[in-house]
Amino acid sequence: MQRFLLSRIAVLIPTFIGVSIVAFAFIRLLPGDPVQMLAGERVVSPERHAAIMHQLGFDRPLVMQYLSYLWGLLQGDFGTSIVTKRGVAGEFFTLFPATLELSLCAIVIAVALGVPAGVFAAVKRGSWFDQTVMGAALVGYSMPIFWWGLLLIILFSGVLQWTPVSGRISLLYYFPQATGFMLIDSLLSDQKGAFGSAVSHLILPSIVLATIPLAVIARQTRSAMLEVLGEDYVRTAKAKGLPRSRVVGVHALRNALIPVVTTIGLQVGVLMAGAILTESIFSWPGIGKWMVDSVFRRDYPVVQGGLLLIAMIIMFVNLAVDILYGVINPRVRAR
Amino acid sequence: MKSLTRLLAATALTLALGSAASAKTLVYCSEASPEGFDPGLYTAGTTFDAASRTVYNRLVEFKHGSTEIEPGLAESWEISEDGTEYTFKLRPDVKFQTTDFFTPSRTLNADDVVFSFERQLKSDSPWNQYVAGASWEYSSGMGFPDLIKSIEKVDDLTVKFTLARPEAPFLADLAMDFASIMSKEYADKLKADGQESMLNQQPLGTGPYQFVAYQPDAVIRYKANPDYFKGKQKIDDLIFAITTDASVRVQKLKANECQIFPYPNAADVDSLKSDSNLEVMEQEGLNVAYMAYNTTQAPFDKVEVRKALNMAINKQAIIDAVFQGAAVPAKNPIPPTMWSYDDSIQDDPYDPEASKKMLADAGVTDLSMKIWAMPVSRPYMLNARRAAELMQADLAKVGVKAEIVSYEWGEYLEKSKAKDRDGAAMLGWTGDNGDPDNFLDTLLGCDAVGGNNRAQWCDKEFDDLVKKAKATDDQAERTKLYEQAQAVFKKQAPWLTIDHSKVFMPMQKSVKGFVQDPLGYHRFDDVDIAE
Repeated sequence: MQRFLLSRIAVLIPTFIGVSIVAFAFIRLLPGDPVQMLAGERVVSPERHAAIMHQLGFDRPLVMQYLSYLWGLLQGDFGTSIVTKRGVAGEFFTLFPATLELSLCAIVIAVALGVPAGVFAAVKRGSWFDQTVMGAALVGYSMPIFWWGLLLIILFSGVLQWTPVSGRISLLYYFPQATGFMLIDSLLSDQKGAFGSAVSHLILPSIVLATIPLAVIARQTRSAMLEVLGEDYVRTAKAKGLPRSRVVGVHALRNALIPVVTTIGLQVGVLMAGAILTESIFSWPGIGKWMVDSVFRRDYPVVQGGLLLIAMIIMFVNLAVDILYGVINPRVRAR
Repeated sequence: MKSLTRLLAATALTLALGSAASAKTLVYCSEASPEGFDPGLYTAGTTFDAASRTVYNRLVEFKHGSTEIEPGLAESWEISEDGTEYTFKLRPDVKFQTTDFFTPSRTLNADDVVFSFERQLKSDSPWNQYVAGASWEYSSGMGFPDLIKSIEKVDDLTVKFTLARPEAPFLADLAMDFASIMSKEYADKLKADGQESMLNQQPLGTGPYQFVAYQPDAVIRYKANPDYFKGKQKIDDLIFAITTDASVRVQKLKANECQIFPYPNAADVDSLKSDSNLEVMEQEGLNVAYMAYNTTQAPFDKVEVRKALNMAINKQAIIDAVFQGAAVPAKNPIPPTMWSYDDSIQDDPYDPEASKKMLADAGVTDLSMKIWAMPVSRPYMLNARRAAELMQADLAKVGVKAEIVSYEWGEYLEKSKAKDRDGAAMLGWTGDNGDPDNFLDTLLGCDAVGGNNRAQWCDKEFDDLVKKAKATDDQAERTKLYEQAQAVFKKQAPWLTIDHSKVFMPMQKSVKGFVQDPLGYHRFDDVDIAE
């Protein structure tokens, strides 16, 4: 297991360097630069443009810029935003808990509903339940998030008035954010009703963000289950008279879970992509919105630093999935 | 599900009870996050709403709802005979805000004024680069470092600005956001604590509201400044709830999660107007959308050709299609809300037949041209691509073949400046300070050729008029000169003037005293909310 772990961690180093190069190059490949974007219709004279680019250090050869960026990274310095003039890592970790909280809720919803739905659909293959679930999954998967979010807001917040429209908590509550996780902070705040308000604000965005992963997980679970249910050992288990719940729950599900866990791990990337839109609709102060704004402003340090931090998180999640794999399936370890 | 419904109902009830008991609070659903809180560093209206118009004051101010100048922190001022010396007398006993993070020990004086400007003008000021890459966009962009020779403290309450040349718009410039007056005492304390960058994060000024807290991309909180020199505001707590999506802002207003918001989608305006709890204010914006011909390239160097093309295009159809009526056709390069706007000017009529004939008379046949359409939606032109398609169809009717081109926004701005640009470029402008000079000289002056002057149009008669108007501070005289300049512009037709868009401001009827600002600010001084 130790060797397995070490080999997995060793792969992270070249990946990290690769990602840092991609993140560095990506934003610079876009036409336009921060000075131009900041000026908009106002014209900046070539001299002033050059002077500001020089001040920001963007007139140096790209290789030099990259090396000094890398040098900063090694010392834990992710750079400073051109626009807000704040440290990139500081901004990231202020906003990241919001994204994490939303993503965790979404993935919990997706797994809690998706896995059982997939299992039942497989067991009752061809039934009306199976067809409904798979139909709904297909619709969910194809749903444009932006439109879906607005639809839910108009129905549940506008017409029915069950949930608030947007934000993380009612503006009446104001307390220091100790952890950045609104559910925890609202509990710690001792303000009456704060927790309920935070929960009610979280419902719609988590549902919207969970939609695509939920659909994917349900479909993946169903097909994995179907495959396993056809295996000889399942037939044997059935033949030896084990109760059906035990055959499905223990013998089949445990084996079917392997591809499902991979899928769930891969959904982290999907969640990040979905978070960008979901956060925009629900005015959710997370990193998705922050990254999009920064791309439009050509805020180089934020885009490259943000991408790198997100990539690092995804890398660690994948590492965790690999390890979990090893736990579920001992054959992986042995390799 | 039942218990969930119950939980939600309970939450809603708590919220309702909570709001009844609280102090007077106004929630404004703002459209974006401020870039920072030092107005000198930035150019975005969002930042100015959040920083300069709430927390700070300036020596002179724009009158609420107009572009006229009134006394601000300066009670009075004198301008020397030759127009190069401005001496301001400061209002005595103006207190800076007392907040959790700073308690001032003295009132406003001349040192604060000198500090507020010198940091922007002098590269050797210790505050010039207090944040990395501070470029003082407005101050430099408007040529202040060259224009202002010196700023002197004459005595505690008197400051003298000496200019390198007379500059009529100077007073209007001083009412702009970058000229906000900061506390030198606060800055000194931050410096002593090694916390300079907080000047851009925790603003402290003399304005109507004081800063309480900012949660990035979510909420900005202010409370009324009890020491405000014009008296404490009626609203106790002012909250900016940052809501970037315009459709979501509509839902938030309807649910009374906020009481007022800017920039609705044109398509939502009718439904907002029909809601009996809401009011929608509207005003023509201080902007213009235009299509600039390249007047240095044949055949667009001929006035008759430009006029003929102007007459081929049906502006009203563009406004109906793109703005659903939320704009007015433009005939002058400056908007109707601006002083010196000449309403007697006749626009080139929409007349395809006459246009065809004029083109033939000018010897232009089989003309094909390019129309440049911006890739982004701007306040003055919501959908340039759609507008370009309509123009293309109109031009086809007079036998002109138009091809639509577009680039990524940054590239568009850059390429459209080129003197040898091929084609007519659509663009627009939103005024900075309400001075006609900010449109006429900035966009059409000879100095701006190869830059903001996308028509590459240098007309001596026009340029002389505009330059002459800049050098005098007699407003009646300036008005006359600008009216003449508008007549020259129309005769020469370097642009197709397209539209001035309307600005809508939807709000709950409980909001009282909000005044729409021609400069596009969202100001909450003197606003009240009925309980």
